[in-house]
Amino acid sequence: MDPQAAKMIGAGLAAIGMIGSGIGVGNIWASLIATVGRNPAAKANVELYGWIGFAVTEAIALFALVVALILLFV
Amino acid sequence: MANPVEQFRIEPLVPLEVGGVNLSFTNSALVMVLSICLVTVFLTMSVRGRALVPGRWQSVAEVLYEFVANMIRDNVGAKGRKYFPFIFTLFMFVLFGNMLGMIPYVFTYTSHIIVTFGLAIVVFIGVTIIGFMTHGLHYLRMFFPHGAPLATAIILVPIELISYCSRPFSLAIRLFANMTVGHIILKVMAGFVVALGVFGIVPMAFLGGVTVLEFGIALLQAYVFTILSCIYLHDAIHMH
Repeated sequence: MDPQAAKMIGAGLAAIGMIGSGIGVGNIWASLIATVGRNPAAKANVELYGWIGFAVTEAIALFALVVALILLFV
Repeated sequence: MANPVEQFRIEPLVPLEVGGVNLSFTNSALVMVLSICLVTVFLTMSVRGRALVPGRWQSVAEVLYEFVANMIRDNVGAKGRKYFPFIFTLFMFVLFGNMLGMIPYVFTYTSHIIVTFGLAIVVFIGVTIIGFMTHGLHYLRMFFPHGAPLATAIILVPIELISYCSRPFSLAIRLFANMTVGHIILKVMAGFVVALGVFGIVPMAFLGGVTVLEFGIALLQAYVFTILSCIYLHDAIHMH
């Protein structure tokens, strides 16, 4: 196989890792909305954890993206 | 179309080499110096009046101060007060790096992994030293959760050790990847605007939205970097 083509396929495969992170981030916001819907008074307490959880989960997607970019450009 | 990663190229402005080590003053260093100067000038000038009822500039400085002070009080506790100057400096350095990077043609130094890794490793080593200074060798209990059966130590201790040692990497890669990817998306989108001609108005509108999002990400990532440092500091001072 042409090495250039293999590189592109590898980058595409690496980007699949973002699926899990997408599900995770969706889960965090879904739980947050459900929590605030049930108990609006808790908004101030849980919002912070929502953002932290979002950033930590999103990092997984970025790791996959970094692998893809390394394959493409390095 | 220009290469989307071209914007991250480091160029020496003042070439300087000492004993085979490249110590050139680069465009990255220039923006770092600029951001430090901006923070210093902004904070000194804005609180110079020391008005009881703050003006516009003074209230911005006070909001930033209270933001970080509250973050430390909520996440580290009263013992974290003495680390306020470090955490505040860290927050302002990362925030201004991200925000200055959003200005077109200004280099984003937080988009280079060595810069963010440098910051993260300082936090990691500092926190580990604080932990050993506060608890002595008892700090090693950190690697074994309370109440777990002793037989599980053989599995749990390596896992906890790996998770502890991967902290600086995840801290560094999170900030670096967010900044790099954001700028690459903007560049690729801008390429679409030129390539599509009249229909370029569609990616142009999208680009406007993404730019607003990137400003949000710039603020959020500075916040996340600082708050995770605070949480690590809390772990070191209080142990779980």
